[in-house]
Amino acid sequence: MNEMTPMSPVRGERQGRASSVRFQNVQKSYDGEILVVKDLNLDIASGEFLTMLGPSGSGKTTALMMLAGFEPATHGEIFVNDSPINNVPPHKRGVGMVFQNYALFPHMSVAENLAFPLKVRKLGRGDIEARVARALAMVKMESFGGRRPVQLSGGQQQRIAVARALVFEPTLVLMDEPLGALDKQLREQMQYEIKHIHENLGVTVVYVTHDQTEALTMSDRIAVFNDGRIQQLSTPDRLYEKPENSFVAQFIGENNRLSGAITEVADAICTVSVDGGPTVKATKVVPGGRGTRTTLSIRPERIELAPAKGALPVVIPGRVEELIYLGDHVRVRMSVAGTDAFVVKVPNRVGRTLEPGHETTVGWDPEDCRALDEIAA
Amino acid sequence: MTDAAIEIPRYQLTAADGTPLKLAMARATRRARLRAFALVLPLLVFVVVTFAVPIGQMLYRSVHNDQFSAHMPNLVAFFAADETKGVPGEEGFAALAKDLDLSREERSIGEVGTRINYEIAGTRSLFTSAGRKASKLEPPYKEAILALDKQWGDPELWNVMRRASSPHTLSFYLAALDLQYDKSGAIVSAPEDRRIYVPLFIRTLWLSGLIAGLCLLLGFPVAHLLATLPLRYSNLLMIFVLLPFWTSLLVRTTSWMVLLQSQGVVNDILVSLGIVGESGRIQMMYNEAGTIIAMTHILLPFMILPLYSVMKTIPPRYYRAALSLGATPWTAFWKVYFPQTVPGIGAGVLLVFILAIGYYITPALVGGASGQLISNLIAFHMQKSLNWSLAAALATLLLAGVILLYWLYDRLVGIDNMKLG
Ligand SMILES: Nc1ncnc2c1ncn2[C@@H]1O[C@H](COP(=O)(O)OP(=O)(O)OP(=O)(O)O)[C@@H](O)[C@H]1O
Ligand SMILES: [Mg+2]
Repeated sequence: MNEMTPMSPVRGERQGRASSVRFQNVQKSYDGEILVVKDLNLDIASGEFLTMLGPSGSGKTTALMMLAGFEPATHGEIFVNDSPINNVPPHKRGVGMVFQNYALFPHMSVAENLAFPLKVRKLGRGDIEARVARALAMVKMESFGGRRPVQLSGGQQQRIAVARALVFEPTLVLMDEPLGALDKQLREQMQYEIKHIHENLGVTVVYVTHDQTEALTMSDRIAVFNDGRIQQLSTPDRLYEKPENSFVAQFIGENNRLSGAITEVADAICTVSVDGGPTVKATKVVPGGRGTRTTLSIRPERIELAPAKGALPVVIPGRVEELIYLGDHVRVRMSVAGTDAFVVKVPNRVGRTLEPGHETTVGWDPEDCRALDEIAA
Repeated sequence: MTDAAIEIPRYQLTAADGTPLKLAMARATRRARLRAFALVLPLLVFVVVTFAVPIGQMLYRSVHNDQFSAHMPNLVAFFAADETKGVPGEEGFAALAKDLDLSREERSIGEVGTRINYEIAGTRSLFTSAGRKASKLEPPYKEAILALDKQWGDPELWNVMRRASSPHTLSFYLAALDLQYDKSGAIVSAPEDRRIYVPLFIRTLWLSGLIAGLCLLLGFPVAHLLATLPLRYSNLLMIFVLLPFWTSLLVRTTSWMVLLQSQGVVNDILVSLGIVGESGRIQMMYNEAGTIIAMTHILLPFMILPLYSVMKTIPPRYYRAALSLGATPWTAFWKVYFPQTVPGIGAGVLLVFILAIGYYITPALVGGASGQLISNLIAFHMQKSLNWSLAAALATLLLAGVILLYWLYDRLVGIDNMKLG
């Protein structure tokens, strides 16, 4: 996995104790009418940090609940370490879970919360105390053992919830939007800490979020969910650079969209006639040949403003409409190929030379412009 | 110049027109406050008239009784002037003769006799018959009255009259606690066979506790189901829980009578199944058992609803979290779910207990002799014996008991002290 992290003693102790997970043709319906998870196939490697990312209602929590054993799968099979677990009750799955609102037991102190999974496993008192202390140290909250959950801030509760999910050394940990309730700064700090703990312990983590930045910074791989299906499963950089459909392109990061139809196909590159505009070249992702409707997707930072002649294969005219100053860079809203919501990101230095109304050109490498499935505008 | 002499300038905040800010604010909010007060005024009046005043009157009545003192002015004056206890001399009898005549004319002699009768049984007729002959009495009055009835020479009678000559008395509280004055005026407990109220208070408390416990046992699973079932089913279940509320209390109680009496449905079934013989029909009505069964049923919703409202607020994620941490379903329930329901249990038990303590109609109908509660006796004194002061004293003791229990509950289960895990 991550070779940069030096092996900690804890990790050494745990190595080889992470679980692999496999969803095989899993479907789920709550009411017998609508499938909220449709044919889920997903392989999670042992020790992997996999994130389920998707809009609200896309079935992420449902998938997690099936893995934790709180919801039965309507169809299909889930395997942990290659053994089917559909009929294993939740308390025998040994899966650590961090709930969206932490679910720290309000009537117990922090230390009692952490001791709970150890007590039900009938560990000795001394052993429990030592492990609780270690877990508190892991999340840097040694002095908070005597407090009640209500006496902790959101970030502190979150850390305790993570510590509690890990204290009994599960080999698989599920986290359902654990940082959803925190402010931006705290969230970034906690992302780092969770990632750090994951690297140290080497457990398999299945993480749910609908914050794309969080997914991009933390994950080994991301499964983008929409409408009960995985739209794309790949590493963060591939997901951003090479989205496989319009939903992913639109959901992850910013992107400019142009609708058109394919007029010519040459290997991986196709020529697209943009509606009410010029003809451009793009990387062909959408299946189908000439005449196929397509949506072009291109990231704002991959567009060059007024490129030198011959430097880029695609150069089309555009007019500057608006400049939005953002410190280190400037967002330029332009009218290009019939749309006036075309955004280009330029460095501060270049942006200062521009003015609204300016007629200029934009260009890109067909590599960076992807012809995806058409979406209704 | 000392520090104290330095004048610190105080800037007063002022509104735009120069009036001090505080004054301006008070003026601005006065109208709003007046309106708010006017809105709650009807309720306030209603509560005062229908609740505070009657309770105050009841409290007052339990220590105030002028049935004797209001109608016997001469004796009252005599007792005030003469401190010697026991049977008085001619002067006292003369006052008695005058008062007897007076209250006969006023037709209040029965009331006077009733007051003394509360403390010495059988003395009412002593007063009424003496009253009839009072106009013909001639001095020396002592001899004349003693000639009417020897009992007029009883020193205890005179002690009781002396005590009754003050409208303020504790004797009803004594009676309500099975205590009495002995001949020397000291407070002693009543003879064994005349102690009825204290055992009844104890039985009332014990039965109410038992009923609250039974309601908890029966109500807890139902409330849990209500809180966790899908809406479709829980709505239906809620209707079943609330159904008794929409049925008259009398109908419900009498249907228990139909079911449980010795010739009733339950016994008939048991007999026809051969579980009990014809002669062995179980007595489930007109005794303690009848009171317990019927009241548990009637009070069950008062246990279920507070439990439900607390359980509804316990998110299932706690239970799930416990399972995911490896707890068995039972451990998860007992260590995680149950402790969080304690406020509901406390509220439900307290509610049922307090309602049961004051319950009247059901024990009256199905309780027989052994299933009567203290409230039945209060009703008896209100309606039959017309000893309102004793009824008031009993009711006040009951009220005090409930307040004490409420205070205890607050101390024991109060939100801050909730710790069971
Ligand atoms: N217990 C349930 N009973 C019936 N339908 C449910 C239940 N839980 C979820 N659903 C439905 O299943 C769909 C998927 O829900 P799920 O909670 O998995 O979404 P999610 O991706 O976790 O969304 P979010 O990001 O908002 O948490 C939704 O349409 C939701 O309404
Ligand atoms: Mg969710």
